[in-house]
Amino acid sequence: MTPIHLGNNSDATSTSSKSSSNHTQDRNQWPHGFLPKEQFPAFIDLLNQSFDEVIGPRVDQGAIVYDAIRSASELPHGWTDVQSPGVYRLERKSSIDDSRIDPSCEEEYFGYNVGPHSWKKYLFPPLTTLMKSKKTTDGWQMEMTAEPIRRRVLLGVRACELAAIAIQDKVFLTSGTVDPIYQTRRNHLLIIAVNCTQAASTCFCTSMNSGPECRSGFDLAMTELSDGFLVEVGSDAGQTIFESLKLRTVTTDEIDRGRTRRARAVDQITKRMNTDGIRDRLLSQLENPHWNDIASRCLSCANCTMVCPTCFCSSVDEVHELTDDEIVRQRRWDSCFNVDISHLSGGPVRDTIRSRYRQWLTHKLATWIDQFDTSGCVGCGRCITWCPVGIDLTKEVATLCEESS
Amino acid sequence: MTIAPSLSPVPQQGSWQSHPAEIVSILEEIETVSTYRMRFRDPELARSYRFKAGQFNMLYVPGCGEVAISHSGPPDSDTGDFLHTIRVVGRVTEAIRALEVGETLGVRGPFGNPWPLETYRGRGFDVFLVAGGLGLAPLRPVVYQLLKERDHYGRIGLLIGARSPSMLLYSEEIRAWESSGIEIQRTVDRADRDWHGSVGTVPLLIDRLRGVRLDRTAMLVCGPEVMMHYSAQSAIRLGLDPSAIWVSMERNMQCGFGHCGHCQWGSLFLCKDGPVVRWDSAFSKMRVRDL
Ligand SMILES: Cc1cc2nc3c(=O)[nH]c(=O)nc-3n(C[C@H](O)[C@H](O)[C@H](O)COP(=O)(O)OP(=O)(O)OC[C@H]3O[C@@H](n4cnc5c(N)ncnc54)[C@H](O)[C@@H]3O)c2cc1C
Ligand code: SF4
Ligand code: SF4
Ligand code: FES
Repeated sequence: MTPIHLGNNSDATSTSSKSSSNHTQDRNQWPHGFLPKEQFPAFIDLLNQSFDEVIGPRVDQGAIVYDAIRSASELPHGWTDVQSPGVYRLERKSSIDDSRIDPSCEEEYFGYNVGPHSWKKYLFPPLTTLMKSKKTTDGWQMEMTAEPIRRRVLLGVRACELAAIAIQDKVFLTSGTVDPIYQTRRNHLLIIAVNCTQAASTCFCTSMNSGPECRSGFDLAMTELSDGFLVEVGSDAGQTIFESLKLRTVTTDEIDRGRTRRARAVDQITKRMNTDGIRDRLLSQLENPHWNDIASRCLSCANCTMVCPTCFCSSVDEVHELTDDEIVRQRRWDSCFNVDISHLSGGPVRDTIRSRYRQWLTHKLATWIDQFDTSGCVGCGRCITWCPVGIDLTKEVATLCEESS
Repeated sequence: MTIAPSLSPVPQQGSWQSHPAEIVSILEEIETVSTYRMRFRDPELARSYRFKAGQFNMLYVPGCGEVAISHSGPPDSDTGDFLHTIRVVGRVTEAIRALEVGETLGVRGPFGNPWPLETYRGRGFDVFLVAGGLGLAPLRPVVYQLLKERDHYGRIGLLIGARSPSMLLYSEEIRAWESSGIEIQRTVDRADRDWHGSVGTVPLLIDRLRGVRLDRTAMLVCGPEVMMHYSAQSAIRLGLDPSAIWVSMERNMQCGFGHCGHCQWGSLFLCKDGPVVRWDSAFSKMRVRDL
């Protein structure tokens, strides 16, 4: 296989690369092809041979999570999820008697919605070593630790997740300081997106203008049909792989079936959030008594921030290696719901759940726009599903801003 | 008001890489507060390192942790040394106090937006510095710079508040500044028998200012948050425009370059959009409890 040059699937990194990368407007000029289901396992094998790691969906402990995938048989074939505020349940598609489900899609590889994991853990790892210090007779020596480069495929990235990656690109690559860990990992990614053909009750990407259809930010994008995948190229790296697959061109019937399936996802999205002027509307409600009402329900457990694909807060810990003379600094995910995050020697700034939930929601939906020129929310619904008490941000926003929803 | 200084952050490239620096000397200032003279071990770094008044470093004691500490020395020292005035309040500052001359700690920086001197230099502006307690430390580099560029400014005032006369920082040096043409006013919360100066809080000193040229004065305020709040209000009562008043904010900081999220204050990352913030941006946030 010809060498694959990675890292041109992002708007953030492509500005510095000479190669022509993906552009939404050129989209129809990129080739489309048809990958029959019988050939799909060989495709996964090919990816595994060409990359250090293929990360994709698999069933683990009652949820669909992202992990290393060695063969197509590890994918959640035939599984789907049922989600609502505070609830997530896996089911076999064949066991669901639901008119919304087309019987011909029982055997889907990608017939589920987003789960508790996001791709963020591969770009902004939950725990990383930053620096090492060693005490010598001449004082401390300090050096940054570098991790080995791993070329990864992210398989099954949804439109809202592409949007989330683009948001974290802004945080870690283009806001003034580049995070070298994020950058190295980001530059060695092949992103294979999969269009949603169904939606959960918690999804609201249409309100956040982030889905459900994948438009940019991928190397390849696929739409799953009963007998195969429509494959669309989004970058030069995607093109290289596309060519090596020697796919036949798609028929108009297949294009129509793909469109129908993608439309089904749109039709199934019922959750809405009014984002018109949301920054100003929310920031004018900082003293609204409803924050107290939310605080009486919220456990400040931080689940919502851990599952959110855009949350980026972190803290650094000192870790002693063997002796007190060798110390590493480790960065781990943190959350604005943890009281220590605002610690000052006189006490925490945000010492109430009210102030912490308010920080989370107003950051996500309002001040994020000032900081990064984009909302911090992509409408994936994870924080709604994984909140143990089922707090739904779209409802809280509606109440805070007094809309009839 | 005629000036419209930009609120946009100084472009910066931060890093988690800390660099060993040696403690060259330690000067005990007042109870629990000492000034450390430091120098990077790497000669090239010691030579090239530059900072501006108002910026801070992250000081790192391996195995213990890292803290944000403002520069308190002259911004353009050509010896490669830099100064930090540190109060012992907890874990890391305690560990710094345990260090002796010749020992090393980690330093990375400088971080943050400096005091806006470039906005006012050479335009005939009067500058008033208002310091509460340890808030004088981040303002001392400003004094050094103003004295060095004395001709570029009009009247220079320094209003200092401390809890008691024995808590007045840099008192000997301040007498020298006084004789170099800086108007100094001091006040303490609690006087002792030898104190003949004013008693009360710093905003009081602002209330008493006379002859302030309202369209040609900048005020830089640093101290506890309530003190900055009342000082700014006094300045506004005096007739100063909010855009001529600057404060330096303190929040928990871990990275210094807008990645860790700790220092957020409304839409600002105080590590890079601050710590120096113009009052018209600060005041709406300061009014909100627990923001
Ligand atoms: C921009 C800036 C400039 C500062 N300049 C100075 C200075 O010149 N001199 C000085 O003595 N102090 C200064 N401080 C305050 C200093 O950072 C804290 O006193 C110090 O972090 C306390 O650490 P500790 O471990 O001793 O205390 P602990 O209470 O044990 O704190 C534990 C940890 O919480 C964090 N933390 C605690 N208090 C603060 C705080 N006030 N600000 C930020 N993080 C905090 C630190 O990460 C600290 O290690 C500054 C703070 C900021 C944000
Ligand atoms: S805030 Fe909630 S819905 Fe929005 S991106 Fe984060 S987890 Fe998804
Ligand atoms: S909103 Fe829900 S998930 Fe988030 S901290 Fe509160 S209880 Fe936990
Ligand atoms: S200190 Fe990390 S974002 Fe400001």
